[in-house]
Amino acid sequence: MTVVFDGVAYGLLLFLISVGLSVTLGLMNFVNLAHGAFAMLGGYVCVLLLDRFGVPFLAALPLVALASALVGVLLERTLYRRLYGASHLDQVLFSIGLVFVAMSTAHFFFGAQQQPLQLPEMLSGQFHLPGGLDVGVYRLFLIVIGLVLAFALQWMIAGTQFGAKLRASVDNPRAARGLGIDVDRVFVLTFALGSGLAGLGGALGVDMLGLDPGFALKYIVYFLIVVAVGGSGNIKGSLVASLILGVCDVAGKYYIPQVGAFVIYAVMVAMLIFRPQGLFGRTAAK
Amino acid sequence: MKLKKQLIALTLMATAGACAWAADPVKIGLVLPMSGPFASYGKQIEHGVKLYLATQGDTFGGRKVELIIKDDSPGTAGDVSKRLAQELVIKDKVDILAGFGLTPSAFAVAPLATEAKKPMIVMNAATSAVTTKSNYIVRTSMTLPQNSAPIASWAAKNKIKKVFTLVADYGPGHDAEGQFKKTFTAAGGTIVGEVRAPVKNPDFAPFLQKIKDTKPDAVFLFLPPGGETIAFMKGFKERGLSAAGIQLISTGDLPDEDILEALGDSALGLITSFHYSEAHKSPENKAYTDAYYKAYPKDRPNFMSVGGYDGMRLIAEVLKKTNGNTDADKFIEAARGMKWTSPRGPVSIDPATRDIVQNIYIRKTEKVGGKLQNVEFDHIADFKDPGKQ
Repeated sequence: MTVVFDGVAYGLLLFLISVGLSVTLGLMNFVNLAHGAFAMLGGYVCVLLLDRFGVPFLAALPLVALASALVGVLLERTLYRRLYGASHLDQVLFSIGLVFVAMSTAHFFFGAQQQPLQLPEMLSGQFHLPGGLDVGVYRLFLIVIGLVLAFALQWMIAGTQFGAKLRASVDNPRAARGLGIDVDRVFVLTFALGSGLAGLGGALGVDMLGLDPGFALKYIVYFLIVVAVGGSGNIKGSLVASLILGVCDVAGKYYIPQVGAFVIYAVMVAMLIFRPQGLFGRTAAK
Repeated sequence: MKLKKQLIALTLMATAGACAWAADPVKIGLVLPMSGPFASYGKQIEHGVKLYLATQGDTFGGRKVELIIKDDSPGTAGDVSKRLAQELVIKDKVDILAGFGLTPSAFAVAPLATEAKKPMIVMNAATSAVTTKSNYIVRTSMTLPQNSAPIASWAAKNKIKKVFTLVADYGPGHDAEGQFKKTFTAAGGTIVGEVRAPVKNPDFAPFLQKIKDTKPDAVFLFLPPGGETIAFMKGFKERGLSAAGIQLISTGDLPDEDILEALGDSALGLITSFHYSEAHKSPENKAYTDAYYKAYPKDRPNFMSVGGYDGMRLIAEVLKKTNGNTDADKFIEAARGMKWTSPRGPVSIDPATRDIVQNIYIRKTEKVGGKLQNVEFDHIADFKDPGKQ
């Protein structure tokens, strides 16, 4: 049972660190490899707030999301918007360049060493449930936040007018403009949302993943797996994909540690063979 | 007639060239990862080298020392290191090659040192075989077996019978695992489980749970210092493994001074074997750490900085002995068997292998004056690299 719990928690960690990318890549169709850089930014802001200014962890989280969202808006206005119409290769080259800039910047300001992050007492430790289930408090916290975010986002995209506008703007910007939708504004807001979520995911991940200037690139494979398996254009897919990947990965490493490391990739390959457009991917909208 | 004149001129030039070294500075080319994932290695080694020059003067055997640093980031790409070393030898005309944060870079440059006849001072790269790759290599850091064997014999002697090993699935991890198993089983211990975790492993939950269910006396850990180590140790504490009486043991590069703060209190109680600790009690180390904090108040002295410091010291002592001659054969001859007291304790260069012989200390991570430190409580004196026996 503990294995399943750990798997679910790990899955939601994957979800949290990739949800920002599900928004920028999945919804806006921008291959934003700099996602990891925003996550790293979130991590550093969080460490700074906690360490330098003594802000409590829970209060720091919304500030982190806000800060990364602001940086996201700034970069969107100055750089990203020029590349919306560009080919995916251009977007990849641009955003990977941005990653290197971010890594060097982090190195310059914070040095190459790992950053310390101490969680508050109430979020650390483990408690035991009858039936041999050991529950890590922080893992439970990640599960709750992950699920809340997933449902909120899904509702926003599928159920609100903003979500409808967003989908329209991505699928056919010209027609959307014709209908009086301010495509520019929709994109800025969505990008801010994506970067804010990336930052939040980064901050939440620091405790488990560590934080150094290499962060931006280190976990990029995991972000991309989740979005690829989940399929573009929806949050539900990313959530389900993260859960499946998380549980399979943890179970694989527990029961067959010799090959455990490959399980996550095997699952990805299998899922992509059966659903090349991702779990809940929309079949080519255009 | 003309030919004869030319010959005389050439001979004169050659003699002049041979004499010129006495006045020229000694150029030392440092190949180090200064950016990228191993940037902290390069930084610490550079600190050590520069600290030696700042505290002991920069002229030895009548020649001034000049440093040229090349960034071979990421440090794991041998061809990059080799290209930079080639540039150093051909363009910058360095007399000595030094640095080398990681094994692949030392391996790639070794043939070049042999071919160009340049002394090569390895200040960190810790795979046992490094010094066998060229007769011009001297190492002033450590070797992995040198550090993983003592913790195994210590464990066997201290009522630890069953050990679970967890190492990262890469060269150094395999070496550490192999040496630990060899020494530990020879001393009568049993290995109850072994796992090779992927090098980039974001979550250790499944492995930790497996360990908890196996109930060993101790876990031998070897991971690349950094995020993975932090994740593992935090998980170790959170999952209650230390509360269940499982002792965590490892080599000392895991709770290295550079990442101790990031490990936080989860590192308390960890037992490691290593050749250097900031908390080592000796007048030499006191002088070293004081000078270090004065020069680099934002960083903490660690084993890599000492590797650089001792490497520079070796170069300085050899230059004094050879009166500034950097000819590779003479240099290595002078370095063989050299002995000195380093900040880490007494060290010497093994005349046969050109590798370092040093004390290996058993330490426990504790809080000293509000700061996490690896406090030494036992040691094995003058320990040679067991990987070459």
